[in-house]
Formats: sequence, structure tokens, C-alpha cells
Amino acid sequence: MDGTVVRAERLTKRYADRLAVDSVSLTVRPGEVFGFLGPNGAGKTTTLRMLLGLIRPSGGRASVLGARPGSPAVLARVGALVEGPGFYPYLSGRDNLRVLSRYRGLSDRAADAALDRVGLGPRGGDRFRSYSLGMKQRLGVAAALLGDPDLLVLDEPTNGLDPAGMADMRRLLVDVAAGGQTVLLSSHLLAEVQEICNRVGVIAEGRLVAEGTVADLRGADALLLRAHPLDRALAVAMQLAGDDAVEVADAGLRLDAEASLVPRLVRELVADGVDVLEVRAAERSLEEVFFQMTGPDPGGPPSAPTAQEVS
Amino acid sequence: MTALIRSTRGELLRLYRWPALWVLAATWLTLNVVFGYVFDYIAYRTGDSAGPNTGVPGEELLAGVLPDAVPAVLVQGMPMFGGAILMILGALAAGSGYGWGTWKTVLTQGPSRPAAVGGTVMALATVVLGVVLGTAAVDLGVSNALALAESRPVDLPPAGELLEAVSVGLLVLGMWTTAGMLLGSLARSPALAVGLGLVWALVVENLLRGVSGLLGGLAVVTDHLPGTAAGSLVGALGASGQSGGAPGVLTILPGTTALAALATYFVAFTAATLLLIRRRDLA
Repeated sequence: MDGTVVRAERLTKRYADRLAVDSVSLTVRPGEVFGFLGPNGAGKTTTLRMLLGLIRPSGGRASVLGARPGSPAVLARVGALVEGPGFYPYLSGRDNLRVLSRYRGLSDRAADAALDRVGLGPRGGDRFRSYSLGMKQRLGVAAALLGDPDLLVLDEPTNGLDPAGMADMRRLLVDVAAGGQTVLLSSHLLAEVQEICNRVGVIAEGRLVAEGTVADLRGADALLLRAHPLDRALAVAMQLAGDDAVEVADAGLRLDAEASLVPRLVRELVADGVDVLEVRAAERSLEEVFFQMTGPDPGGPPSAPTAQEVS
Repeated sequence: MTALIRSTRGELLRLYRWPALWVLAATWLTLNVVFGYVFDYIAYRTGDSAGPNTGVPGEELLAGVLPDAVPAVLVQGMPMFGGAILMILGALAAGSGYGWGTWKTVLTQGPSRPAAVGGTVMALATVVLGVVLGTAAVDLGVSNALALAESRPVDLPPAGELLEAVSVGLLVLGMWTTAGMLLGSLARSPALAVGLGLVWALVVENLLRGVSGLLGGLAVVTDHLPGTAAGSLVGALGASGQSGGAPGVLTILPGTTALAALATYFVAFTAATLLLIRRRDLA
């Protein structure tokens, strides 16, 4: 398995004249929560379907747990929720999981345990069609958890959940990862990915535009300084951080420097008679990075089809 | 093999808990009893000469509802009505999975696609077996009750005849069920599959048989269509297809030819469903 749980190489899916997924390459390592991030329609679900063997790639190749995606031996070790939960509407949540337990060769107890794990135990006897969107989503995650698979593939698992439900789901995913299971999670919610994912792949218009840790994608640290007078502050900052590391931005200065520089910077500025109004770490949110990569402004949409490996 | 057994168990559970299955089974049993026994017995008791039994002697009407006639009554409604009802079940079982997304869910649980389709076929075969045996049991019960009421011998039909009728019933209903599965898989939707299947089974085949003389060679095709083959096999068993008999019962093909045609359809419909799902993108 060469230390990877999922390896995709130039994975491509073409529908008639539309390229849904274009040469996506990514790796998911054991025990990590990998976030697959992209706007709606970017190709996330199509990629996940290929990794589960539900659809055939038009090009490229992939391996999951060291074998061909969708092969029975692999699927026995994978739990998945792809593009919304698919269940028999006339069956109760519990019976739906019992049907799937039979398909997996598990006992009814496994179904009950999965139901309890997502907090649906008390409503397990109700028909699936009477569930709210959030309950349906939780049942989908319960189905994915059946049999404690080595890899969980979850497509937008917090869809339809209220804020409390989303928080519960995040806790559950972190808990799952802490138990050693690998999670491949697609989402268009940046905060979610930022909070629970070790590494992230960003996809836009079918192409993977970046892959790396959240910190990598955010880029190097920077400091924002507001001070008066600005020209003297600029001189001091350039002296400390270097001429090329300082730029004027938003009625202040932006320094490409680490937070450890702050005490010395403030001392020097005060000693030079500069009034320091504000100094703070200017950490780019994943959202800013994301929109820069996928948005219509300069820097996006991605013009280069090759993935940018930033880790 | 393990995957096939697991898939069959999963599919059996969800079919067993499916209200649609019980509604269809109850509909078939009701039709079977009403058209096989109730109307004939009322005609016998009242001596009413109106309706489809015009001119049929009373004694013959009574003989048709006694235990000896169970093998013929069991299968006479299957080529058309029983077949249509089981075709609906096959189409619903295969076609609903696309709208509900359950094919996707099932295929991510581990079974290969042939095992998953095989499990559905096995589970539906179990249902067909249950329907045929259940119908035989109901028919035996009703015919013996009528025999008791008419002070005739309470008895069982010859075992060989009953076994033959049950086997024919399994093949006829099995063929229509797999036809429904194929339609449901082709249409990826239960509604379209059920609609098309019913139009074919109840209307189109009859129309084609009606115009088969117009074109040279057309009769060869229409004589071997699924409904015609099923009707011919049931007809060969001795069920009445003439005036007063059940619609869909025919004497067009010899029994062995009809048997071969039905078996071929059963295998072909199952194989086509398998091929279709094996290669298909589940988007």
C-alpha cells in the first residue's frame, strides 16, 4: 500500500463533451482526515464515485487500500456516503442498516451500534421517509460506519444539519480519526475543513488546484501594523524585517514576518517615537486562499491544469 | 458464493418488509380466488347463464372448482394477470433503486455487481416460489371447502399434476419477474418500466397476435413472444383458454416449444440485467 490509503493519478472523467474531472492526482495517508474542498459542481462527488468504483474513469488510475477501487475486498474495508443518503424509504432507519449489515455479513448488533453512534437510536424504529434531512444524513454516516471500516469516504456529511448537528458530526469525525480510521471528506464548507482536516485538496472546475496541509495552503505568517507616522514606522519595519518584506496595505503595513518579531518591533517603534496603534498576526483564512484559487479574480480560476503541490 | 448469499439475505429482508410486495401478492391471490372460484361457483349455484360461462353445463362449472381442477386453476391466470403483477414487482424492485439511491448504497457495501444482481434475482425467486406455493395452498383450501359444501369428496389432486402446475407457475411468473427487472434496469425508473411492461403484456402482444397473419413471417415472431409462450405452456397443461376460460391461455405453441421459449426468456432477461448493471456508471 506504500503508505497511502488512496492514490489517484491523473484521474479523469469525461461526459460527452464535458470534462467533469480533469487529471486529478491526490494521495490520502493512513489515519488522516483529508478534506476535499471545492465549490458545488467542481468534480468532488464524481472523483469520490470513481474512488468507490461506482463510475469508471475515462482516464488515469487510482488505488484504494492498495487495490482497484470498487473491488469487493476494498469495499469491505470502506464505508461511504456519496451524494446524499440512499435508503429504502418504507423501512425504518434500523431496518435499513440491518439490510446493509446483511450485505456486509455483519450481525444486527453492528447496525444498532452504528445507529447509536450517530445518536439515532431513539428514532431507529421510525420510517426513513419520516426523517428530517439531518436525520437522513446521520443515517448515511451510520451506514458508512458499519463494520468499523479502515477508510470512510464522506461526501458533504454535514449537509442539512443544523449548527448543533454539524458540531456533533465534526466531533464524531475527529473521534473516528483518533481511532485510527482514515477519513476522506468532501465539503464546500471551509470552516469545517479548516477545523477538522489534516490535509486538504482543493478542486475547481474539475482540476485539483492545490494539495497540502491547511497551514501550507494559508501560506507564510504575516504581521499587520498600524502606526503613526507611517513613514517612520515603515523605515523601522524595513530595517527589522528586510526591505522586501514590508508593504503598505490597508492604512497600515504588512510584514512578512513571524509573530516572534512583535516584541522587538514594538520596542524599536516606541524608541523611535512612533505611536503603535495595532499589531496583529495576519493569518490568511482558508477561505481567502480558496477564493483566490477558485474565484474569477486574478489568481483564479486556475489557468494551469497541473496541481500545485504545496506540502 | 458468500457474497451472493449475503446479498440474497439483505434483499430478502427489504422485500419482506416492503408493503408493495404484500399489496401485489394480495391482489394476485384475490384475483385468483375471485376469477378461479367465486364467479364460477356463483354461476353454478344460481344457474345464471349470463356472462362468460354462457352454455357451460352446471356440472362442468362445479368440476372446475373442485380439488381435481386445482392444477389448472392455479396456472390459468398466470400468463396474463399473475405475470403482469409479478412483472410490476420485478420492475419496482430493480427500478426503484435508482430513484432512492439504494443501488449506489448496496454497491458500496462490498458485493460485486454480479453478486448484487444475483442476490436480487434469488430474493425475487424466493418471492415467486412463495407466491406459487401460497396460491396452491389457497386454491386447495377453497376447492376443498367448496367440495365439503357440495358434499363431494374432499381430496387432493394427483401429486404429479400438482407438481407440474407448480413448476409451470414458477417458470411463467419467474419469466415475467425477470422481464420486469430488465425493464426497471433499462428505464432506471419504476414508473416508466411498469407502464411500458403493462402495455406490452396486456395490450401489445394481443394486438400483434391479431395482425400476425398480415405479414409473412410475422407469425413466427408473434408465436414466440413471452406472453404467447407463457399462455401456450399453461394451455398445454390443460387450462381452458376457449370461451369461458381465462384470458391469456393459448394453444399456439406445443408445450415443449413453449417451455424452451420461456426458459430462454428467463435466462436472457436475467443475463441482460446483469450485463447492464455490470457495466453501468451509477451516477
